[in-house]
Amino acid sequence: MKVAVVVFPGSNCDRDMAVALRAAGFEVAMVWHKEARLPERIDLVAIPGGFSFGDYLRCGAIAAKSPICQSVIAHAQRGGFVLGVCNGFQVLAETGLLPGALIRNSNLKFLCKDVDLKVQSTASSFTSGYQQDQVISLPIAHHDGNYRLDAEGVKRLQDQDRIAFTYQSNPNGSVDDIAGVLSENKRILGLMPHPERAIEPAHGGIDGQAMFQGCLNQLASA
Amino acid sequence: MLKSGVLDPQGDAVQHALGALGFNGVEQVRQGKVIDLELADMEEAAAKSAVTEMCEKLLANTVIESYTVEILL
Repeated sequence: MKVAVVVFPGSNCDRDMAVALRAAGFEVAMVWHKEARLPERIDLVAIPGGFSFGDYLRCGAIAAKSPICQSVIAHAQRGGFVLGVCNGFQVLAETGLLPGALIRNSNLKFLCKDVDLKVQSTASSFTSGYQQDQVISLPIAHHDGNYRLDAEGVKRLQDQDRIAFTYQSNPNGSVDDIAGVLSENKRILGLMPHPERAIEPAHGGIDGQAMFQGCLNQLASA
Repeated sequence: MLKSGVLDPQGDAVQHALGALGFNGVEQVRQGKVIDLELADMEEAAAKSAVTEMCEKLLANTVIESYTVEILL
């Protein structure tokens, strides 16, 4: 299975993401933001964390308009799989591939710590390696992770089983404790916590492994 | 500007700071941004429509933000 990791100026989790994906068995291609298109026969696109374009204007806003993102949008519209972590989630929200927006944390602080998450949906490749309602621990590291979506939008997510993860103890003010959301076809996941920073015991936890492994297994069997 | 109804943590912090400084009666603070554009010569209507398109495509995130365009001659 082949994955493209998109790299923007200011991305800083791109190599961690590549390591996590390779460890799961993916073949990884790093793709610079100025590329007009993704490599051929890509199964998954991963948009990593960081501070693309210095978070200028709004987090993820400028990255979302970059040449490569038009190709990522086309990949998604063809039914392709996309994972956005942290800044990657902000980019996906800015493209409109995922609903809502991420604004400044409610306590205004940059948060860098492990958080407990509840797996709310296993109905996606990304979450298929977890158990429903399983509590996992992943690190967060963000200043703008406060997920905002109107009540109607939240209801739609609930009705369509598109809330992937919620915080057990809400760190940033996100509506309904939402930490990660899925697209309607469940092939796009955006989340603020960092699964790629929890894939080996030296990280302090390995709860991120199941996301990459589950994803690979499902894609390979599809 | 953040749309009304969208939580504005920064505005809330500014409101508290104003209260701490003794400015009473500040009932709400909403923080936004001003983006100044210098455009090549064009008709006012054309400028307004161009900047509106820029707002829709990039300058504002209309999921959470509203915007107004003002042409200064």
